[in-house]
Amino acid sequence: MLIGKVVGSVVASQKDEKLENLKLLVVQVHDHNNEPQPSYVVAADSVQAGTGDLVLFATGSSARQTTLTENRPCDAVVMAVVDSWDLGGENVYEKWA
Amino acid sequence: MYLARVIGRVVATARYPGLDGVPLQWIQPLDEEGRDAGAALVAAAVVGTGPGDVVHFVDGREGALACPETFVPVDAAIIGYVEEAAVFDRDLAAERRRNA
Amino acid sequence: MFLADVVGTVVSPVQIPLLEGRTLLLLRRVAPDGTPTGSTRIGIDLTGAGVGDRVLVVDEGNAGRQLLEAPDGAVKTVVVGVVDYVDREGELLYDKAARAPVARMGS
Repeated sequence: MLIGKVVGSVVASQKDEKLENLKLLVVQVHDHNNEPQPSYVVAADSVQAGTGDLVLFATGSSARQTTLTENRPCDAVVMAVVDSWDLGGENVYEKWA
Repeated sequence: MYLARVIGRVVATARYPGLDGVPLQWIQPLDEEGRDAGAALVAAAVVGTGPGDVVHFVDGREGALACPETFVPVDAAIIGYVEEAAVFDRDLAAERRRNA
Repeated sequence: MFLADVVGTVVSPVQIPLLEGRTLLLLRRVAPDGTPTGSTRIGIDLTGAGVGDRVLVVDEGNAGRQLLEAPDGAVKTVVVGVVDYVDREGELLYDKAARAPVARMGS
């Protein structure tokens, strides 16, 4: 999985019917030091994430392993909202700080 | 399947239901010389590992198959703690732990 | 499938049950002429290969599960053969019997 920040959402009224009722988030990848990377992913949301949240997302066939995305043309899914992380004992990110 | 070192821990309370209780850890993939290889990623830790440990992990849907609940959106899982990674006459795991 | 040089071994006393008792090899993926390509991998050995051997590797879950007879196994990379010869358009690129020791990266 990678971590990214939810920076927006995507609405597409003209789409494959298998994509209906999926909430699609625009996620900007952040590295382990919480530095934003020049890389974006559109991911389905399985955990009620909101704009500004740092989230974990899974890609590839793993992204279809939720009740929401099973058998749908989806290759990225947000599967957790990140509260905090540490590297070598040093706190890098704290949601509630 | 790849060699990596655990570099951190992630706390995430709101997560896909089947993933309750599975530790999530930052890992840095390593090459055969024990050097960092590519970008760090987050993996489900299904064996008891922690920061500083050298581990091996599997990516793709196989990551989910290593989890207690296998129908989960996981694309990387730590599947073993590496005690020794011998490359020719060197033990990378021991060197990596010393330098951690 | 791809070719790789076995450059080391991995000892893992704590791991998922499926891997218990299996030999794990550290693999350097190579082009047919032996040039290193791609990242270092760990493979489950089914052939008795050793350090210095050039081997044939599958790195795909369905194939791995079939080989280990583990329908739900978290496996991907499996060493399925020890290579004797590789040729390209009749030119012998690798001959196990005459091989030089596998070079260490950066040396």
